[in-house]
Amino acid sequence: MRAALAIVRKDLRIEWRTRETATTLAVLGVLLVTVLAFAHDPEPEAAPLLVPAVVWSAMVFTGLLGVERGFLVEREQDCLAGLRGAPIDPTALYLAKLVVNVLLLGATHAVVVPLSGLFLHVELWSVLPALALVLFLGTLGFAAVATLFAFVTVRLRTRQVMLPLLVLPLLMPLLIAAVKATEAVLGGTLAVAGEALGVLVAFDVIFVTAGALLFPAMIND
Amino acid sequence: MAAALEARAIAHDFGGRPVLRGIDLTVGAGETVALLGPNGAGKSTLLRILALLLGPRSGTVTVQGHDGRAARAEALRQLGYLGHESACYPDLTARENLAFYGELFGVRDAGRIDDLLAWTGLADAADRPLRTCSRGMVQRVGLARALLHRPSVVLLDEPFTGLDPAASDALEQWLRALRAEGCAVLAAVHDVARAAALATCVVVLHGGRLAWTSPGPVPDAAALAERYRAATERLG
Repeated sequence: MRAALAIVRKDLRIEWRTRETATTLAVLGVLLVTVLAFAHDPEPEAAPLLVPAVVWSAMVFTGLLGVERGFLVEREQDCLAGLRGAPIDPTALYLAKLVVNVLLLGATHAVVVPLSGLFLHVELWSVLPALALVLFLGTLGFAAVATLFAFVTVRLRTRQVMLPLLVLPLLMPLLIAAVKATEAVLGGTLAVAGEALGVLVAFDVIFVTAGALLFPAMIND
Repeated sequence: MAAALEARAIAHDFGGRPVLRGIDLTVGAGETVALLGPNGAGKSTLLRILALLLGPRSGTVTVQGHDGRAARAEALRQLGYLGHESACYPDLTARENLAFYGELFGVRDAGRIDDLLAWTGLADAADRPLRTCSRGMVQRVGLARALLHRPSVVLLDEPFTGLDPAASDALEQWLRALRAEGCAVLAAVHDVARAAALATCVVVLHGGRLAWTSPGPVPDAAALAERYRAATERLG
């Protein structure tokens, strides 16, 4: 746990100093929301229906980029060798990267979601707690899968092709449940949201556990 | 002399192409072994295997009696490794990098970082991001990182590369100091004269095999160069 916290603090310090990933993700997120919201130019009454699609599309694009950048930091100067040469449980590295990715994607949501509400005429304040829960569960599951595979693909020349190819099929159940849950929360049908939330929780439990168990084998290969 | 680092029958390949073929190597406490060999001989791969960063296809590595697989964490506590790159974060300062690795290795001696910064001549540049430092300074931070947890076995992969003469001489002095402290040092070097000046034993690696091992120090650089040439030509 001490090692994981040290890695989280180190990553956040580098991010605070450079602001590279957060800025890139925020700019990309704003761009995606703007394009998606205005390209469809929906009627005012139909516009809220687009919010889940816009939010989670932006999440996929920014998330894939953000998670990959988290491991690129470790490639420069072969810092990964420094981490692997330390007497720490490799699971600590996975959990630390997972936490940092969730925090960075959470910061991106903080920009993307209010902007979606603004452009698509949806009042988000009244559903904020439920929406925050859906966003957290969806982001955690996304990061659990993407963090695991980003470690593998970051060493490949074709990483920008391989990461989406590997993770998107696995993420389909999560994304469908996340869109349904967001739709239900925004529409006030919490019973439907409950069902989708169950899928999100199950996905998170399975993939965070799988990531923690598989990562040591992958890093020691 | 007790073996601080012991490798037995190390073999490795990349995609079926053999890189190391049955390497046996022992480094004792207080010994400095220079690993010589042409480009592609397998020096870096061997060092990464000995540093427990790469699992060999076969063979065993033991560090101070700890098996590299069964007792990896204990073995890593005894190892300090500096590869071609420093393994330090360019956007952190030297002090922040050392503090970070100190946490990972459980270094609780608060003065250790200051001591190392002073020893490597980095005290004045300790709070500058490494991205703004010269190659030689980054290399010194990397060395300080590798020595932070007081390892008893130090592995260095071409540590003199890219250093100016003054920095190279300083590094040579530090390696002598490590030997005086009883550290076992294994360093891959290209400079035969440097190997002759530093090493208590010289090992020549060629084509993934140990081509020659000196029985002791070879202080005569010309004689070592001749031995090196003969060993690498004999195996083709």
